[in-house]
Amino acid sequence: MLQSLFSSFDSDPFGVAQRLEDEMAQLHSSWGWPAGIRSVRRGTFPPVNVGATPERVDVYLFAAGLDPKSIDLSIQQNVLTVSGNRQSPTNEEASYYRRERFDGDFRRVIALPDDVDPDRTVATYRDGVLRITVPRREAVRPRQITVN
Amino acid sequence: MTPTQEVTNPDKTETVQSSTREQEFLLRPATDISEDAHGITVLADMPGVSKDRLNVQVDQNQLLIEGTMAIDVPTGMEALYADVRATRYGASFQLSPELETDRIEANLVDGVLALRIPKRAEFRPHRIEVQAG
Repeated sequence: MLQSLFSSFDSDPFGVAQRLEDEMAQLHSSWGWPAGIRSVRRGTFPPVNVGATPERVDVYLFAAGLDPKSIDLSIQQNVLTVSGNRQSPTNEEASYYRRERFDGDFRRVIALPDDVDPDRTVATYRDGVLRITVPRREAVRPRQITVN
Repeated sequence: MTPTQEVTNPDKTETVQSSTREQEFLLRPATDISEDAHGITVLADMPGVSKDRLNVQVDQNQLLIEGTMAIDVPTGMEALYADVRATRYGASFQLSPELETDRIEANLVDGVLALRIPKRAEFRPHRIEVQAG
């Protein structure tokens, strides 16, 4: 099931092709993922995955080491905004060989499908992943009309 | 702040073997590495990894960090967008002989792995007293 969220783009043999295409896209900065108007440079902190079922949309932000209280989450219509700050304290007595971890303020804006119901949004933070679940409105079901 | 997994014996290498067997893309965790007088500190971002799915081991001076995300995904979920396209992290580092590899401490808090690798006592800087006279 986990595969459905992470690998629906790269189930073999297309996985390798997709990945290559992504890498080429980075080289040419013109092809690849159909970029949303709010899309950001790849590698922006925190990485985001968005998955959907007919009943709900789940947004996963891969943001390790956050204080959940410092996360600012807002949703207006179908636009979700997540912002916050991650402090990576520096040890003044140490010398650094690598500093790859994100440090500072972050903000990501994610456009969700139009039929979400933002009033029932639920967010949880666990093992460094912020998961935001937004239910979708009841689908308009075809109604049976009886002829008298 | 409980230690996550013991740094296991070099002969327990099942996890290493399984990871090389699978044709799977590994995520390389963003890492900070720093050194002070007493040792080396490694911080690695591994969001989604719980401590029972983390493996830290030392094999012949090679430090191996592995973790698998455990994320609850509903049945039939389709991805609309994905920055993250793999569920396994992996990183390895060559250690140097002055490090005490059998005394590595590991902690995993909110997806951040912190490793402390102490230096052997004889390699820590010590002050040499200058005798008067």
